[in-house]
Amino acid sequence: MTEVSTKQDPGAAVTAAPGPRPRRRRPMLTYLAKRLVITVGLLLGVTVLTFGLVQVVPGDPVTANLSDQALNDPAAVAAFRAKWGLDQPVHLQYLHYLGNLLTGDLGISQQTGRSVAEDLLQYVPATMELAIPTMLLALLLGTGIGMLAAVRNGRLTDQVIRVGALLGLSTPPFWLSLVVLYLFFFQLGLSPSGGRLSPGFTPPDTVTGMYTVDAALAGQWDLAWDAAQHLVLPVLVLTCLTVAILVRFVRSSMLEVLQQDYIKAAYAKGLPTGLVLRRHLLRAGLVPVITVSGLAFASLLSGTVLVENIFGWPGLGQYAYRSASALDLPAILGASLFVALVYTLVNLTVDLLYGLIDPRIRIQ
Amino acid sequence: MTSLAHADPKAAKSLGRRRWLRRLRGTGTARPVWRQPVTVAALAILAAWLLIALAAPLLAPYDPIAQSVDTYQPPSGAHWFGTDSLGRDILSRVVYGARLSIPLALAIVALALLLGGLLGLVAGYVGRFLDEAVMRLTDLVFAFPQIILAMAVTAAFGPSTGNAILALVIVSWPVYARVIRSAVLTIRGEDYLSASRLLGVGPIRTLRRDVLPNSVGPAIVLATLELGNAVLLLAALSFLGLGPRPPAAEWGSMVALGAQDLSMWWVSVFPGLAILTVVLAFNVLGDALRDRLDPRYMNGR
Repeated sequence: MTEVSTKQDPGAAVTAAPGPRPRRRRPMLTYLAKRLVITVGLLLGVTVLTFGLVQVVPGDPVTANLSDQALNDPAAVAAFRAKWGLDQPVHLQYLHYLGNLLTGDLGISQQTGRSVAEDLLQYVPATMELAIPTMLLALLLGTGIGMLAAVRNGRLTDQVIRVGALLGLSTPPFWLSLVVLYLFFFQLGLSPSGGRLSPGFTPPDTVTGMYTVDAALAGQWDLAWDAAQHLVLPVLVLTCLTVAILVRFVRSSMLEVLQQDYIKAAYAKGLPTGLVLRRHLLRAGLVPVITVSGLAFASLLSGTVLVENIFGWPGLGQYAYRSASALDLPAILGASLFVALVYTLVNLTVDLLYGLIDPRIRIQ
Repeated sequence: MTSLAHADPKAAKSLGRRRWLRRLRGTGTARPVWRQPVTVAALAILAAWLLIALAAPLLAPYDPIAQSVDTYQPPSGAHWFGTDSLGRDILSRVVYGARLSIPLALAIVALALLLGGLLGLVAGYVGRFLDEAVMRLTDLVFAFPQIILAMAVTAAFGPSTGNAILALVIVSWPVYARVIRSAVLTIRGEDYLSASRLLGVGPIRTLRRDVLPNSVGPAIVLATLELGNAVLLLAALSFLGLGPRPPAAEWGSMVALGAQDLSMWWVSVFPGLAILTVVLAFNVLGDALRDRLDPRYMNGR
């Protein structure tokens, strides 16, 4: 999806032969339509995959969700099966689910007893509150550090950055969370132990679901400050991991640009280094970085599952994990579907942005 | 690796088409391995871990699953890495953990390489419908962040070592399929392939004799890099309680034990460092291999 194979034939885009009847072409629109169809197909595939997965497996949602006492009561088991549609044939269950999906009904979580859509509405903003600052920080830092490494190619700075990035890639996120929590909470007492708010605070009225934003909107500054403090450590851990991916990619992308003739020409005509780096290197080198930010986002989502667990952060990752271990069919389906939807849309956006920003690959 | 440098001319001739082997031996400007201190260090660390895994019963001072009354002992002369909540010696558990993580990671990568490689090979060579089907399947798996799909799969099949491996193979085969496929696609256009086809060589023999050897290079690089990833993912799954069942000494689940009581830092720090060093070594090695084998990354890029 995010392959960068377009550089192979620069001529193809230019020599789009005129058809027999000159029609107005809108390559961007056609592309968008095509991508949307693919996305819908992909999401259908995702529902089949998750649904099929839970069907084939030996685990039985009845045993996972009813108490031993209720399991001995055939009437209770039958009632449970009927309530969740488990007594219908598989394909009907799936069609039923798909039909509901189109109306925005994701079913009811057997764990929380609430509708999955409602659950997601509660948990997703918590994860977004982590993901948005992380992504912004990571893009900023990743670009800066990666560019520095590329400019200093082969020297000590570069070596240190390369090893640092590898370290970031190799560190288990859950372990890093524990280490920073131990250092900053237990040893230094600088940060709260976890969760979204300190005891004694009540969550602000829901507007976006992100506590810092909501509290600031309501003018409750002490609440916003408390929520922000709870954000620091998880965002720090997630940023470390995401930056590591970005740095490596930015570095190699910038190195490629540095070898181009126009960089040499820019230097040769006496432009100051800063100007060359900003105007020629940064602009060209950043284009491929956009594609990898989709990848970085995926790793960020994976990271949240592990990091949220340590910090007791009631987000999507926690929700997915809890419902997966309880075999909560509608919840797993809902959470996976949501994650896949977000990820697919991010990739779509990334691909479209790529076309918008770099005119060389607009058509294809 | 270095023994290849002394290969006899006859062998060298048979290597003619295997570009990746020639690159591995280092031609032209490539720095020899022993001049890359970081790579050497990574190799040393990996060798050390392999030795530890092999000689675990000799090295471990205690039985890794034997409980004792000395719970939560800080690191000391008797217990270098301390003990956990059940009084088990952490050093012994870290040492025995190598016996789980390293072979399991190898198994995951080998199986995923086999599955993904085969699919990629066939998809790239046969093309058309088959290619389309395999590629859409990879898209489907790529639509999930790896750990989330792996989590769903293991949770569904029931947490166990075997199911963790199954899940990780399911989430990691598409990368190999993609890479091998694109390698096959580049080779398919080569003249010698058309020549061999004109000579009447069948598809299976072509795949085995001409296509496979040439796609080995990218596969090796990817597999090495993925080894680190496999160790990480496996540790993550068992951290979530979806890996080898307790009381097995698995690094990820040992870190999870440390999360129960933050003040006992040694419970999670040492197994975490074990994961970190192994993964880092695999990643460094993978990078070094890529510098050698992938022409796009020549000259330290």
